[in-house]
Amino acid sequence: MEKNSDKKHPGGVSRRDFIKGMGTGALGTAVLPPLLGQTIATRKGRVPVYDKKTITLTVNGKKASLTVEPNETLLDVLRDRLDLTGAKKVCDRGECGGCTVLLDGAPVYACMYLAIRADGKAVKTVEGLAEGEKLHPVQEAFIEKDGYQCGFCTPGFLMTTSAFLEKNPAPSLDEIKQALSGNLCRCGNYAKIYGAVDTAARKMRGA
Amino acid sequence: MNAKDYMAEARGQAAKPQGPVKAAAAKPAAPPPEAKAPEYRHIGKPTRRIDGREVVTGRAAYTQDIKLRDMLIGKILRSPHAAAEVLSIDLAPALALPGVFAALKLAESKVRYAGQQVAAVAAVDERTAEKALSRINVEYKTLPYVVDWEKARDASAPQVRDGKGNVEKFNEYSRGDVEKGFAEADVVVERTYRTAFEIHNPAETHGSVAYWEGDHLVVYDSTQNVHGVRDGLARALKVPAANVTVIKKYMGGGFGSKLGLNEQTVAAANLARETRRPVKILLSRRDNAVCVGYRPSSLQTYKVGAKKDGSLTAFSLVNYASGGVGAGDEVSEPVVDIYKCPNCKVEEFTVFTNTGASRATRAPGHTQGALGLEGVMDELAAALDMDPLELRKKNYSTRNLGDTGLPYSTKGLDTCYELGAKAIGWERRNRKPGDGSGPVRRGIGVATSIWFGAGVPGTLADVVLYPDMSVEVVCGTQDLGTGTRTHMAVVAAETLGLEPKDITVKLGNSDYPWAPLSGGSLTTPSVAPAVRDAALKAVDRLKAVAAARLKVAADDVAMGDRKFFAKSAPEKTVAFADVYRDLRRETPFHGERTGYPGDAYAFNTFGAHFAEVEVNVETGRIRVLRYAAAHDSGQIINKLTAESQVVGAVTQGLSAGLFEERVMDDTTGNPVNPNLRDYKIATSLDIPEITPIFVDVVDTRLNNLGAKGLGEPPRIPSSAAIANAVYNAIGVHVREIPMTPQRVLAALKRKGAGS
Ligand code: FES
Ligand code: FES
Repeated sequence: MEKNSDKKHPGGVSRRDFIKGMGTGALGTAVLPPLLGQTIATRKGRVPVYDKKTITLTVNGKKASLTVEPNETLLDVLRDRLDLTGAKKVCDRGECGGCTVLLDGAPVYACMYLAIRADGKAVKTVEGLAEGEKLHPVQEAFIEKDGYQCGFCTPGFLMTTSAFLEKNPAPSLDEIKQALSGNLCRCGNYAKIYGAVDTAARKMRGA
Repeated sequence: MNAKDYMAEARGQAAKPQGPVKAAAAKPAAPPPEAKAPEYRHIGKPTRRIDGREVVTGRAAYTQDIKLRDMLIGKILRSPHAAAEVLSIDLAPALALPGVFAALKLAESKVRYAGQQVAAVAAVDERTAEKALSRINVEYKTLPYVVDWEKARDASAPQVRDGKGNVEKFNEYSRGDVEKGFAEADVVVERTYRTAFEIHNPAETHGSVAYWEGDHLVVYDSTQNVHGVRDGLARALKVPAANVTVIKKYMGGGFGSKLGLNEQTVAAANLARETRRPVKILLSRRDNAVCVGYRPSSLQTYKVGAKKDGSLTAFSLVNYASGGVGAGDEVSEPVVDIYKCPNCKVEEFTVFTNTGASRATRAPGHTQGALGLEGVMDELAAALDMDPLELRKKNYSTRNLGDTGLPYSTKGLDTCYELGAKAIGWERRNRKPGDGSGPVRRGIGVATSIWFGAGVPGTLADVVLYPDMSVEVVCGTQDLGTGTRTHMAVVAAETLGLEPKDITVKLGNSDYPWAPLSGGSLTTPSVAPAVRDAALKAVDRLKAVAAARLKVAADDVAMGDRKFFAKSAPEKTVAFADVYRDLRRETPFHGERTGYPGDAYAFNTFGAHFAEVEVNVETGRIRVLRYAAAHDSGQIINKLTAESQVVGAVTQGLSAGLFEERVMDDTTGNPVNPNLRDYKIATSLDIPEITPIFVDVVDTRLNNLGAKGLGEPPRIPSSAAIANAVYNAIGVHVREIPMTPQRVLAALKRKGAGS
C-alpha cells in the first residue's frame, strides 16, 4: 500500500518546480539588489527570492504597471492579467515557440521568461503587429500564401518572422529555415510558411 | 473516439440521420462518370481564407483564450500508477483551502493506466487549483502492470482487463484461396514491418469552458464534433440534448484526438453545475501524451505471391496492433482493396497494455497499412526485377476488394501515378535498390493511398439572404484549420454570383443545422454540397423575384455580373441589389447533402506520393530532398487551402517516418517523452520542397459538386513513400518507422549480413 503524498509525475519534474528553479537561478546571479532576504528550498539548496514586485512594461506601445509574483511568467501575465491572448501556450516549457513575443525587439519564449525580468522593457505581441487596421506585411503575406492551417502557431511565427526580417531583409531559403527552426507547426505548414516569409521580405523591401 | 467507430463514420456506415434524406435511386441513371470540370469563377481556384485577418491579428478566439466573468479554473488529478486499486480519495483538505470552490471524485475502484483521472477541483485561479490537487489524499494499492506491448503478449504478463487475456483477434477477412494462390506464384516474398505509437500533439491541447444559464448548459470546447459532444454531454449529465449548446470558434488542431466527448469536458460541466460559475479546464502538454489517445503501433507480416510478369496471386497479412486499454487499428484495408489480387487473407490481433486508450489518428490504420503494403510491394518488385511503378500499374484495379467487388465510380489513380512520376523525375531512380555508391546515397520511392471521403448524406446547411444583400451561410460543422469557413463561402459565392468575402459564414455551434464530425475526410463532401443545394434554391427564388420585375417567365431569367437578365431580351436587366430588396425580409433556404448510389458503385479517394531522399550510410541520417503528392479527391473547392492540407499531411508523414515515437518506461509505467522536446516533431529544417498535384476527377454520381474528401488521403502514403525512397537509396528496407539513424544503420548491417 502506498500513500500518494507526492503528486509529481514519476520520473518528471513538475512545471512549477522547473520554472522556480529557473527563476531563482536567474535571480541569484542577475538581479540581486532588491531581495527581501527570504529563502526558498530548491534542488540546489535554499536560495533567496523576491516577494511580489511591481513592474512596469510597455506593451504594444502602452504602459502597464502591475504587481507580479516572482515566478509568474511573462506569458501568464500577458494572457491572464493583460488579456492579450494572441501569444499561445502550447508546451509551456520552451519547446515550441508558440508563445513568442518581442522583448525590446528580440524574440523570446514568453513561457520561459519571468515577468519580473521584463520590468522596464518594451513588449510587442501579435496584437501590436498591425498598425490599426493596416496589417503588417508579414501578416498580409501569411494570409496570401496560406502560411498556416489551424493558426495556433501563427502568432509565434509572425513575431519571429517580423524580428528576423528586420535583421535580414533579403534572406535565402536556408536562412529562413534556420530562423524559423525554433517554432513548431504541428499542422506542418512549413513549406507554405517559407513562401509567406519570402513574400513578406519582398513586401518589406518594397520589391 | 476510437478508430472502429471512426472508420464506420469514414465509410459512411455510421447511423445516418433519418428523415429528409432522399434515398439514392435504386438504379442510378448513369451520368457521365468523369464529367469535365465545369468552368467556375471561384471553385477549384485559390481563395484566401476569409478569416485570415482574425488569425493573424491574434483576435481569433481559441478555447484556450475564452475568459468569462467569475470563471473558475478546473484541474484534474491523475493517477501516477499504471495499475492500482483506488482505496480512498479524501477531498476535504483541498476543499478547506481558501479559493477552492468545488472538488469531485472521478476515479472508479481501479485505475488501469498512468494519467487516468482520479479527482478534479475548481478554484479561483490556476495556482490555487494546483495547490488544491496536491492536498487531495488518494490511497492506492498498486497492482502489477504491463506497458510494453511486446511483453504484454506473453501469457505470463499481468492482465490488463480483469479475467481476459491481453491478446484478442479483432479482425479477419478472406477471399479466394491463398494457399492455392501461393502455389501458383513464381515468386513469394514474406516481410515484417513495424510502426510506432504516434501522439497527435495538436498545438492547442484539449480544453473546455462550461457554464450554465439556468438549466441550459453552454460549453466552449476544442472539438472536431460539436453535435457529437452535445449529445454526449446530454447523456453524461442526464439533461435533454435540446438544453446543451456546444461552441467551437477556432481550434488549434485535433488530427482525430478531439472527435468525441472528453472527460475534462464532463468534469468542467459538473464543476460548473456545482459552483454555478463558469469553469475552464485545459489539459497540459503532458496530459496530451497520456490520456487523449495516440496512433496505435503495428507489427505487420505480409506474404505476397506473384507471377513472373508481376501479376499478384495471393496476399496474406497477420497484424498485431496495440491501443493500450483501447483497441489497435485495423491496418488491412489497403491490402484488401488496392491491388488486383484474387486471393487474400487477413488476421489482426490487438494487444492490451496499461496505457491510455488509442484514438483515431488522421487516417487510422491506413498509414500503418500503407507502410507495410507499399514496402512489401517494393521488395516484391526487387525480387521480380521490376520497376515498382510498373508492378503497381500491372495490378491496377477498377473495382474495390482487389477487383472482386463494386466498380469504382471514378478512379484517377492512374493519372496520379503519371503526374507524380513526372514531377519527381521517376526515371532518375536507382534501377536496382542501392545501386549508388559513396557515403551519401540518393533514392526515389513511390507509395499509394486509398481512402473513403464520399461524405455524409443528410448534412444540412442554410443560406440566408437579407434585403440589404448580405448573405449568411450557416452550418453546424467545424473548421479545424482545414478552411471550411472559406470553402462554404466559395461555394455560396460561386452559386450566387458573388465574391467569397461577401459571404458571412457561421459554423462551430451545435445549435446550427446538423453536420457530421470533422474527420474521416467527411467535411467538404458533406458540407459543400449542402451549401450548394441551399444556394441553388436561393438562386431559384431570386430568379423568380427578378422575373416579376423583368416581366418575363422565371425560366427565362439568367444571372450576369451582379444582375439578372432575360435570356430572350438580354438588354432587360435588374440589379442584384433591387432583387434582394424585393425579398423584404431575411429569407432562409435549407440545403441538404443527398444520397449516392453506394450499393452500385464504390466511392473512394486516391493518391500517389513520390519522395526523393538522401541517406548518409555512415551516420544513418536521412534527408528528404523533394516530394510530389498527386491526389484524386474529386472536385477541389479551394486550391489554396487544399494545397496546405497536402503539404501538412506530407510533413506529418515525414515526421512520423523519421522522428515520432512515444516511448514507455517499463519501470514507472509512464511515458518517457510526454513533451515536445523528447517527442521529436519535424521542424522547418527537415522539410523539402513539396509539390501538391490535383487531378480533378469530378464525380457527378457522388454529389452536386463532384467533391470528395482530402483531409486524410495525403497523410496515408507519406511515411511509406519516404521509406521506399530510402530502400531505393540503400538497397535494404528499414521496415520500421520512425527510421532513426540507429535503425538505418541496423538495416545496413542486416544487408551486409545478407538477409
Ligand atoms: S509555449 Fe512557450 S515555447 Fe512552447
Ligand atoms: S497552423 Fe496549426 S500548428 Fe501551425
